[in-house]
Amino acid sequence: MSTQALAALSVVVFVGACAQDPAPSGERPRSAIRFVVVTHGSSADPFWSVVINGVRDAGEDMGVQVEYQSPNTFDMVAMSQILDAAIASRPDGLVVSIPDEPALAGAIRAASAAGIPVVSINSGLDVSLGLGVLVHVGQPEYDAGFGTGERLLASGARRALCVNHEVGNVGQDRRCQGMEDALRGGGASASVLAVDLGDPQDTRQRIAGALASNAEIDAMLVLGAIAAEPALAALRESGRAASVRFATFDLSPFVLESIAGGEMLFAVDQQQYLQGYLPIVFLTKYLETGTLPGGGAAIATGPGFVTRENAERVMRLSERGIR
Amino acid sequence: MRARPEVAAAVGVVLVWCVFAVAAGPTFRSGAGAAAYLNAAAPLGILAVGVALLMIGGEFDLSVGSIVGASGIVLMLLTTELGWSVWPAVGVTVAVCLALGFLNGLMVVRTRLPSFIVTLATLFIVRGLTIAAARGFTRRTQLGGLDDVPGFASARWIFASDPVRGFQVSILWWLGAAVIGTWILRRTHWGNWIFAVGGQQEAARNVGVPVARVKVALFMTTAFAAALVGIIQAVQFTGADVLRGQLQEFNAIIAAVIGGTLLSGGYGSVIGAGLGALIFGMVRQGIVMAGVDADWFQVFLGAMLLLAVLVNNFALRRSQRVR
Repeated sequence: MSTQALAALSVVVFVGACAQDPAPSGERPRSAIRFVVVTHGSSADPFWSVVINGVRDAGEDMGVQVEYQSPNTFDMVAMSQILDAAIASRPDGLVVSIPDEPALAGAIRAASAAGIPVVSINSGLDVSLGLGVLVHVGQPEYDAGFGTGERLLASGARRALCVNHEVGNVGQDRRCQGMEDALRGGGASASVLAVDLGDPQDTRQRIAGALASNAEIDAMLVLGAIAAEPALAALRESGRAASVRFATFDLSPFVLESIAGGEMLFAVDQQQYLQGYLPIVFLTKYLETGTLPGGGAAIATGPGFVTRENAERVMRLSERGIR
Repeated sequence: MRARPEVAAAVGVVLVWCVFAVAAGPTFRSGAGAAAYLNAAAPLGILAVGVALLMIGGEFDLSVGSIVGASGIVLMLLTTELGWSVWPAVGVTVAVCLALGFLNGLMVVRTRLPSFIVTLATLFIVRGLTIAAARGFTRRTQLGGLDDVPGFASARWIFASDPVRGFQVSILWWLGAAVIGTWILRRTHWGNWIFAVGGQQEAARNVGVPVARVKVALFMTTAFAAALVGIIQAVQFTGADVLRGQLQEFNAIIAAVIGGTLLSGGYGSVIGAGLGALIFGMVRQGIVMAGVDADWFQVFLGAMLLLAVLVNNFALRRSQRVR
């Protein structure tokens, strides 16, 4: 569509002109600036609740108005409709997660075509730039897996097991792949064990079975806090809790207690508080100065690592809804 | 003057519009704002027309949301996995959904169990089969790529174009469904049968109304409406995921009840259900445009439902007293 391209181009030129000329944007009070955050995560979800706290805190710190919108369930149709309404209200900036590109691409393109700066968070790293998104803030899953592998290697692991409870979820596959590559690079090895968390008892038995059939396994990674409990039970059952280095993605009270208690080596934290906080800061500065970090590259909020050293502190922050 | 069931809903539409025209300001009154709430109301409106007819006939269908999900996944599997072109796949998708509706109706008529229970069971069965089929054939739960399938261009024109910029063609499907539904209910002998079956089932049977045939036909109507919504959304977003349509069964009942249809059957209006969907869409999108956090949507929705039922009840009792 050449007319759309022309419209987009003229908007870009217009925004660029504003950025160079400090008069119109510089004089605008921050309290008049309004950003809308639309994600697929309901505020009832503990993970997303932390993201929302990041959004709110940034709104206060920057002195701008922020609004958080999401469907009550994982519903891409509803999310795309909410996006339409948010765009119709002409916010000064839009923050969006992109878990399903085909379902949301139209709305996100419409936002950038209407001259609304868009920042994507959490999911959508690979597709964001193609949709006119300025910058993505999230955890690159392969890198997080690779960092985990390096940590396990440094702690002396030679033969690791990656327990995947969501086979077919590309993000989870990449985490295992990253860990495997890091271990291979250090002369160690790794393998993937697929489990079904719909049946925790079965998960536990399959992990115990994998441990029993291979006495060389000295490290184990699970891909979510929800898988940590059955995995630890399997370790205890087979008497290998002391010898196997055990790590997980994401945090939960159980994970934090296990780390503090020494049964878990570390947890990979994607620090989603920053996925809420940073976009508001970036957008505020983008409006005022036209500057953006990395000139359009992704900002990694993770992997951060929670170990025995900082578990106590993270627990306190977790109670305040920040970790 | 005899009170029509949809009068309260019509008053409600005006009231809700006025509330958000003030609360959300020019955004809600703009063309883009109208498009945002009409586009959101249309799929629910199509469902609500079928559901209202069924409820007037004295039954519930809790499986419509699951059939919306099944419709999208069947269409995607036939096209992207089996290589069919779009139109034959649309035909088979509709046939599959009609068969599901037929089974719902047959089970209700034969077992004489409450349809609330029978369709609650099919809600889970159909959703489970949808997830199992998608993962069994593709190992994924989000299927995309419908836009590469032959026949997509014409399907897009029929199901997902925007004849007026920003306003989707599904709004016309919604209007068409409401007009046809009203015509059937008010101008054909099927309409008399539906009222009779819902009001006094035994009396209807005694005067020779084919009760079983009417009920099965009504369940097939809701299934057809669900199939249509599933197809529209699959074409619009060039793909489907297994969770599409979740909770729509309740939203459709809410729309019908706001529109003046009684839960006990025998009384109601298709136009009212259409207006109920419009109110639902305006509240959903108006809250976003007014900058109220999504946390509050369910509060508004519940209050709206309660208010509508109270007003309908009041109007009904008054009209009966006058008679």
